[in-house]
Amino acid sequence: MNAMTSPDLSQATPHPAPFLRVEDLRVKFVSRDATVRAVNGISFNLERGKVLCVIGESGSGKSVMMRSLLRLHPKKRTVIEGTMMVGEHDIGAVSDRAMTQLRGSLISMVFQEPMTALDPLYTVGDQIAETVRRHEGLSKEAAWARALELLELVRVPSPERRLKAYPHELSGGLRQRAVIAMALSCRPSLLLADEPTTALDASVQIQILVLLRKIQQEMGMSMIFVTHDLGVAAQIADQVAVMYAGRIIEYGNARDVLLNPQHPYTKAMLAATAKDQDRNLPLEAIAGNPPDLRALPDGCSFAPRCKYAGPDCIVTMPPPVTDIRGHMARCFKVEAADGPLAFDERVAEPA
Amino acid sequence: MWLYAGRRIVLTIPILLGVTIICFALVQIAPGDPIQNLLSPTATAQDAARLRAAYGLDQPLMVQYFIWLGKVCVGNLGMSISDNVPVAGEVLHAFVNTIVIALISVVLAFVVSMIFGVIAAYRTGSLADRLITAVAVFGISVPPFWLGVILVIFFAVDLSWLPATGMGASGSETFSYFRWADFKFAIMPIIALALPPLGIMTRTTRSSIAEILNQDFIQTLRAKGLSEAQVIVHAVVNIMPQAVAMLGLQLGYLIGGSVLVETVFTWPGTGYLLNKAVLTRDIPLLQGTILVLATAFVLINLVVDLAQSLIDPRLKRS
Ligand SMILES: Nc1ncnc2c1ncn2[C@@H]1O[C@H](COP(=O)(O)OP(=O)(O)OP(=O)(O)O)[C@@H](O)[C@H]1O
Ligand SMILES: [Mg+2]
Repeated sequence: MNAMTSPDLSQATPHPAPFLRVEDLRVKFVSRDATVRAVNGISFNLERGKVLCVIGESGSGKSVMMRSLLRLHPKKRTVIEGTMMVGEHDIGAVSDRAMTQLRGSLISMVFQEPMTALDPLYTVGDQIAETVRRHEGLSKEAAWARALELLELVRVPSPERRLKAYPHELSGGLRQRAVIAMALSCRPSLLLADEPTTALDASVQIQILVLLRKIQQEMGMSMIFVTHDLGVAAQIADQVAVMYAGRIIEYGNARDVLLNPQHPYTKAMLAATAKDQDRNLPLEAIAGNPPDLRALPDGCSFAPRCKYAGPDCIVTMPPPVTDIRGHMARCFKVEAADGPLAFDERVAEPA
Repeated sequence: MWLYAGRRIVLTIPILLGVTIICFALVQIAPGDPIQNLLSPTATAQDAARLRAAYGLDQPLMVQYFIWLGKVCVGNLGMSISDNVPVAGEVLHAFVNTIVIALISVVLAFVVSMIFGVIAAYRTGSLADRLITAVAVFGISVPPFWLGVILVIFFAVDLSWLPATGMGASGSETFSYFRWADFKFAIMPIIALALPPLGIMTRTTRSSIAEILNQDFIQTLRAKGLSEAQVIVHAVVNIMPQAVAMLGLQLGYLIGGSVLVETVFTWPGTGYLLNKAVLTRDIPLLQGTILVLATAFVLINLVVDLAQSLIDPRLKRS
């Protein structure tokens, strides 16, 4: 009965439940001498087959957020609060056993450093086949055959030979392709790509990027793609989230955020990249330093560096302001009174 | 791989030659004149010279060395002076006794240290970690002969569970590790021999595993859905090259340093033989024993290097 009605329902609903729903995610690391608040209330939705780009300075909590989605943080010292729903799975609530079954099959991750992401003592083929066997219980031969297909999928030249190669025998670009093949091996519905191209040469970066985008579209995966590179974001993102000190301070369609940024931080960041021709430069061009995550200020965490900041900006964190198109910014000087978000530096902060 | 193995084997030859030179030289440097010990107090200088010539001790050193080396190469290590039997046979027999018990001890220590080290590294700071660390520190710091004596007092004298010394009722000729009546003679020596390497290897394993668990690829393994047990298997495989090196080193120490334990337990191995040779000034026996031990040490290192290059793909093709 259910099986018959549910497809109708999803077609009838104009906005089906999003595939990924993150609500008020908070992550802090507790140690004897300090508590690091790396993620401080993140909410966003991502639909099937869409790409969300997360951008932000180093230390803004991008990787922490990604690892939370796979529950990869060390249990003992980490406190995770909030809701993370991937499909029907509540990541915060599933058992450890169930979590290991979701990792690599429903949700996969590609890491920044291809040089250290693979086990140096196992061949590439072993490592890919291991994943397939773990999740799909294939025989060794079938798993290796799948591994070969996967290397072909990610365009590794002479894949038969590469299957038997050890990681140190491959170049950075090939290793990253192998890592991607491993991540894709069980057809995940959500791919978490944490700066997968940052460690690579510029030309290789573009190849990997194009490849990821193509496979993502063909497989209909959702993807969260972390990058420092606004050019990359412009190429592949459907949605863009800008993170600062563990919060999303601006979010929306890629065009809205990248062409019509409203938050002073996003504006400054885009301006800084536009001036510099080198897109690989980290987004460090804004004066001042990111806040200390061990002692976050009460007000807007960007206020100390913001040239528009008024006296009240340092009192409370501005709430999200969202327009009808879903473009959101967290700034007292942004309004959505009529239509799209608009930044107005004359707007007074609430008393 | 084969190239590496071949080169490594060829490189062993000069080392072995060096070993023979040192063994030969040691005897020349050693104080005292072996001939004097053999002569009766009434012997004349002519008797001494005749005896000297009979043992070839009147030749120039170089000639003596090559004559000696030639004999060594065909397995002739001379006659032991005190027992007047071939040194080769005596040393070989003792060496088998030593190497077998050393291998058993070191393998036992290795297996236990792997388990201990992994538990301690995986649960850093836990009660298990602290207990294991205590055992390891005890193993490292306790002198093996003292431990041997304590074991004898406790298990042999007080409890009478185990025999105190020797190599079994049937004697060392027919000793079998697979016969309980014999094996119980080996238990205490094995414990005394195994404890120090157990301590050292547990510490090393703990720190190596902890280091591996901190590496990036461990996160990849978890991210692809492996269970913690599977992750630990990867970590253990990753420390194997180091672990094998450590195993070889400890085996070398055991066969070289077994004098005290073998003396305490009257275990008729090379350590016991060395002790006897020194006390009776039996120079050929001393020389032969040291030569066999040193050669074994070099060969163990060779085997370890080859095994390491077999396990670690990063070494294979360089
Ligand atoms: N396990 C941890 N324990 C304590 N602090 C942590 C831990 N992991 C991350 N942090 C801290 O959380 C903050 C956010 O780190 P994160 O790696 O998410 O930044 P990022 O946005 O990914 O930066 P980058 O662009 O450099 O990768 C940093 O200040 C970091 O020191
Ligand atoms: Mg990061």
